[in-house]
Amino acid sequence: MADTTSRPAPPEARRPLSPHLQIYKPMLTMMMSITHRITGVGLYLGTLLLAWWLIAAATDAKAFGFANDVLTSFLGRIILFGFTWALFTHMMGGLRHFIWDAGRGMDHPEREYLAQATLIGGIVLTVLVWIVGYMVR
Amino acid sequence: MMAEKPNSLRTPMGRVRYLGSAKSGTREIWHQRLTSYALLPLSIIFVILILSVVGKDYNTVRATLANPVWSVLILLFLAAGIYHMQLGMKIIIEDYVHGHGAKTIALVGNMFFSICVGVACVYAVLRLSFV
Repeated sequence: MADTTSRPAPPEARRPLSPHLQIYKPMLTMMMSITHRITGVGLYLGTLLLAWWLIAAATDAKAFGFANDVLTSFLGRIILFGFTWALFTHMMGGLRHFIWDAGRGMDHPEREYLAQATLIGGIVLTVLVWIVGYMVR
Repeated sequence: MMAEKPNSLRTPMGRVRYLGSAKSGTREIWHQRLTSYALLPLSIIFVILILSVVGKDYNTVRATLANPVWSVLILLFLAAGIYHMQLGMKIIIEDYVHGHGAKTIALVGNMFFSICVGVACVYAVLRLSFV
């Protein structure tokens, strides 16, 4: 990075910054890249729910019953559905990164197909898991 | 500080300010990948575990979580997952938080959050198995 602390440039001599998000037209590849980060942050915060559920299970029937009631309430289910979607979408995004790591799938139109597969795969797997969840309940 | 090679392109000012390569740049991305290879099967196993306890009563859930095979798999999932998310959040912080003080606080907070959640989860799993 350029050193700007020792001799600050006068305002009129400021160099142009590289273009950022607001300059570009939204594209699916870019949206799925952002989605990968957002789902990652969601899963990060979601570990609090996992910790709570595990600790409740390790405590007693009362604590577990309360955690279960909250998590299976209407709002709880919406959050858990979002958590499931974040997990699978992030997983599909990770698979996309594995393909890129192998040096494949970077050209047009492969990268578009991969972005679509990430989006669709995440949704399909989420819905499938929830169908199975309601069936085995 | 490591001795500078004679043909180093680092400027004296850069050296004084500790700017430049820390020589550990690839370890983080490699560990990010390593944990994601592990998390691919472990996440699927975790989802299967959750599906197997959906709607079950407390004693059944407890017995399932205390089963040695499930316990080990959950602990592996937690270890890989917590490390992976700590690395991921570190990259996000380094990308978006630029002030030295704010960045330091965010990076320390990220480490503390990850370790606290990890210890809490691991403690719960071990307690389910041994108490």
